[in-house]
Amino acid sequence: MSKLEVYEKSKAQSLVEGIYSELEQRIQVSALASCPVELTAAFVKMAAAQSCGKCTPCRIGLAQLAKLLDKVLDGQADLGTLALIEETAQSIYYSADCAVGYEAAAVTVKAVKGFTDDFRYHIEHNDCASDSFAAVPCVAGCPASVDIPGYIALTAAGRYADAVRLVRKDNPFAIVCGMICEHPCELYCRRGMVDDPLNIRGLKRFATDHMQNVEPPTKAAASGKRVAVVGGGPAGLTAAHYLALMGHSTVVYEQCSKLGGMLRYGIPAYRLPRESLDSEIAYLLAPGVEVKTGTSVGKDITLAALRQEFDAVYLSIGAHAENTLGIDGEAAEGVMSAVQLLRSIGDDEKPDFTAKTVCVVGGGNVAMDVARTALRLGAAKVVIAYRRRRLDMTAQDAEIEAAVAEGCELLELHAPLSIEAKGGKVCGIKLQPQMISVIEAGRAKPKNAAAAPVIVACDLVLVAIGQSIDTAALASVGVTVERGRISAADNSSLANLDGVFAGGDCVTGPATAIRAVAAGKAAARNIDDFFGFDHKITLDVEIPAALFRSRVYCARSNMGEHVPDNLCGNFDLVENGLLEEEAVQESSRCLRCDHFGLGVFRGGRELSW
Amino acid sequence: MVKQDTSFLTGSTDASSSGAQVNLTINGIAVSAYRNMTILAAANKAGIKIPTLCFFWNLNDIGSCRVCAVEVDGFEQLVSACNNLVQDGMVIQTNSAKARQARRLNVELLLSQHDVQCSSCVRGGNCELRQLANDLNIIDVRFEKQTESFDWPEDYPLIREASKCIKCLRCIQICDNIQASHIWDLRNRATRSSVGVRDATPIKSSLCAVCGQCINHCPVGALRERDDTDRVLAAINDPEKITVVQVAPSVRTSWYEDFGLTFDAAKPQRLVAALRQVGFNYIFDTDFSADLTIMEEGSELLARVGAADKHPWPMFTSCCPGWVRWLKGHHPEMIDNLSTAKSPQQMFGAVTKSYYADVLGVDPKRIFSVSIMPCLAKKHECAIPNMNDACGDPDVDIALTVREMNRLIRSTFIDVPGLVDEEFDSPLGIGTGAGEIFGATGGVMEAALRSAYFLATGSNPDPDAFADVRGLQGWKEATFDLNGAPVRVAIASGLGNAEKLIAAIKAGEVHYDFVEIMACPGGCIAGGGQPIPGKLNFRTTRSNVLYGLDQQNQYRFSHENPSITKVYSEYFGAPLSERSHHLLHTNHRLWSMPNEDEQ
Repeated sequence: MSKLEVYEKSKAQSLVEGIYSELEQRIQVSALASCPVELTAAFVKMAAAQSCGKCTPCRIGLAQLAKLLDKVLDGQADLGTLALIEETAQSIYYSADCAVGYEAAAVTVKAVKGFTDDFRYHIEHNDCASDSFAAVPCVAGCPASVDIPGYIALTAAGRYADAVRLVRKDNPFAIVCGMICEHPCELYCRRGMVDDPLNIRGLKRFATDHMQNVEPPTKAAASGKRVAVVGGGPAGLTAAHYLALMGHSTVVYEQCSKLGGMLRYGIPAYRLPRESLDSEIAYLLAPGVEVKTGTSVGKDITLAALRQEFDAVYLSIGAHAENTLGIDGEAAEGVMSAVQLLRSIGDDEKPDFTAKTVCVVGGGNVAMDVARTALRLGAAKVVIAYRRRRLDMTAQDAEIEAAVAEGCELLELHAPLSIEAKGGKVCGIKLQPQMISVIEAGRAKPKNAAAAPVIVACDLVLVAIGQSIDTAALASVGVTVERGRISAADNSSLANLDGVFAGGDCVTGPATAIRAVAAGKAAARNIDDFFGFDHKITLDVEIPAALFRSRVYCARSNMGEHVPDNLCGNFDLVENGLLEEEAVQESSRCLRCDHFGLGVFRGGRELSW
Repeated sequence: MVKQDTSFLTGSTDASSSGAQVNLTINGIAVSAYRNMTILAAANKAGIKIPTLCFFWNLNDIGSCRVCAVEVDGFEQLVSACNNLVQDGMVIQTNSAKARQARRLNVELLLSQHDVQCSSCVRGGNCELRQLANDLNIIDVRFEKQTESFDWPEDYPLIREASKCIKCLRCIQICDNIQASHIWDLRNRATRSSVGVRDATPIKSSLCAVCGQCINHCPVGALRERDDTDRVLAAINDPEKITVVQVAPSVRTSWYEDFGLTFDAAKPQRLVAALRQVGFNYIFDTDFSADLTIMEEGSELLARVGAADKHPWPMFTSCCPGWVRWLKGHHPEMIDNLSTAKSPQQMFGAVTKSYYADVLGVDPKRIFSVSIMPCLAKKHECAIPNMNDACGDPDVDIALTVREMNRLIRSTFIDVPGLVDEEFDSPLGIGTGAGEIFGATGGVMEAALRSAYFLATGSNPDPDAFADVRGLQGWKEATFDLNGAPVRVAIASGLGNAEKLIAAIKAGEVHYDFVEIMACPGGCIAGGGQPIPGKLNFRTTRSNVLYGLDQQNQYRFSHENPSITKVYSEYFGAPLSERSHHLLHTNHRLWSMPNEDEQ
């Protein structure tokens, strides 16, 4: 026998690795459906399977822990069991020799502490307190609960207008979301257990690209109630649209000259063409929403006056205040916030960056947006400086890739120290090289590397380090503001102002379009309820029946982007929609969770809300 | 009125017989079907049996048991026949090796979690799981037994034994979709998923109407009524007790099914003979007090019309205790719309322990009053604390379901086919055709209209003049002319239909004067205490029995029942008299549903 063998994976080892990778896939897509206690028990059992068996805490402790957790799940535990679970997990954590044991225990301790109420509910009721069954995972994952399997089936059937009408039952911004939705639904797509999640947004875009004219649904009889919506972004317009359909007379107050909020003043046209946005807004206003642009509540009209004049007020003012770096030189000419730049472009005022070198500070989607916008404004060179690593950037991977593909340079692990200016004008930015370090609250923190600062010569600095909410005026008129956000109850109402509701970015902090839509939808329902009505938004579209299909592994079709030959001045849409053949194949990948699995119980869908 | 789907009520199995035709092959037989038909429906139409378990026509097609899995050429995996549509050119094998193996294994798995107590289970004789396991020739279950533990109040009329539940979820479906009660829900998760009361509410604190429809749709013995037969036998065997039993109209439409008989072979008189053999002293007909109800409720309606602004409208019937419970639970603001008339069961009990005790010349406390009801909620109703108006004891001591009565008869080893028919005892054994039809949806309304017409005009209408209110639609409406005054009536059966009707009343979309509601879909003939139906169209068969009896009865108007005339002249005086109020009417606010306690 040789003394040293060349390591080759055994067949069993390869299989184990395969199972691990499927496990990973499976866990990722089913996160919404699990019982916290059952999940903890399953985790402990899996961790126990990884034990080498040398040490007491891991070998025996994890097995006993699994049994204790099963007792909770079987309704045979009492509060003493819970205490023993916690003590056992603690002890394993403190005394295990290696990470196999102590990391498993750390997760268990975290779970027992974080899910105390769930554990207690199981013990007291032999039942699970969590009410999210996530029968149809994509729908459960969509903040606005859009009937995704329904519109995919309609798209597959070539009934594009019906597909869009179905989307708009829950989310009136079908075109916009087809272009720019963050698509949290895809995270939970059960197809991910088989091969890859569906390209849900791609199919939505395909439907909106190919639909015939879609009329808004009929509106309810006039209720005699009037609602003022403050802020014409996605939350405000969604609320206004549904409130109008419910028969309420609705007026939108918008401080900018045009409607759309961050959809217009935050998202560049090459991602969301203005014609698309305008046509969607026209659809939203069609049921008779009145609009007052260029009117700022707090300046042109007071909240008190609105409350006097209207039966309810919805505050959806968004998060448009820019965060600043707070470093020397920030006042120099040539330093500009991302908010400022995107807002002026939204109003069709495009600055000329011809031959300029631009440094963008930040790593979010907005940073990518302004970087790519700078190229289109003629910039010769764009550098994106970010203090963490590229993989820590909050921007979506596709956005980062596109920025790089278009020629932006990424300078990761560089934190701004000061802005260099000559004669009051920016001439560079001084950056301190960083190294990535400890993880706190789940995020890797950078710290100064033992290296000298570098200066990147540039003519312009674009600051894209997040937005905040302009709450000062609201706070002064009695709106409760906490940690820079408006405090609204779960039903969007404000505690101390009867008839005033709030939602969207101004409540959640800067978030996504679909979350703003969901907020607007909830507000419409709750304002209608506040008036004492129960108007239903409903749609009578027959969904094509789900047919049983053979299981064929098939990869996902992505939408590509094209890099225009000459970026300067070119704000045309860069993302390519799916080809018809791709859309047909992609829609056929849908597992129809509205019919197969728990979805079939209770009909697979909510017909109205 | 809203658009109605009557397929559940009629038990239709071809609701999807429309649209394009497709051709397929099942077990080598060419079958043509409609494109929107399931494989099961297509096979059913072609006379090919595919076994099912969780499936129930027009109610539950969730495909959870995977017993109806069939093999389709070109598909690696099996397809559940109950909820997958036919496709043109499909070649299906219902008994391929793969299908047989999976079907058998899935039933073995269900048996591993089922507390198999067939010999001491109320459903031992008609359990769908037992039949299926037997048909599949399962002799050995290869899996370890693991049944769910549970804790359930034994004194509640509805009993759930979780250890027998096979999680078909039919109970949730009927409670949600047909009965609008939403008592049952999926509870717990993953491998411990089960059925329980929504939000883990104790059943006694829930708004359960006790309609019992979940029992009738349970394939196994996980749901049943509280068995009160021992208490009845104890009274029969107690020499101090005089046992009086009343038999509800709809009992005669169904009781014989459990004995494998037909109506022609088992008329009501056969039931009287059987109950006599069981040992009851007096056997009476609830038809009598149905007629009494018409007298009181009809007079109340006319009295309310006379003081229209003092009463909320429409007036609701009050004879169905499941409906009364549901209304109090779900729409407590409409309690005063209910007629104050007691139900026929309770009127009967009150008359028995007052008037009839006088007739017999006995202390009413010696009378043990039993009712045979198609109903579960009657167990709740007779136990309402203030239903003791005659002598202070409960007016009705025990309400038995038809199933319990049949178990009582069977346990006495009576040869039902060999019995000689007997008549009901007199005077409380005489009922009219109007009383008979109480057991079918629309029957109370029709009976009331026949007598109201007489009261309004002084002459009898054609007894079939109001036949428009018959039939198995969930929500019916009609307007009749009573001596120049139009009376707008509506009838709903099934609490889901009641919910729709009430929503329409509240929205001002419909306006009625008098509304009959029966909690169970189709009325008492399909009550939650009836024998578990063997056939889907049982509602039609059973209601035909009642309308046939009505046609044959020499009396077709409640006001012409000689016993009614007698009891009014000898005891009550007139409808709505002081004595009537005391014994025959009730205040629905004297007891509370859990939601009312909170107010």
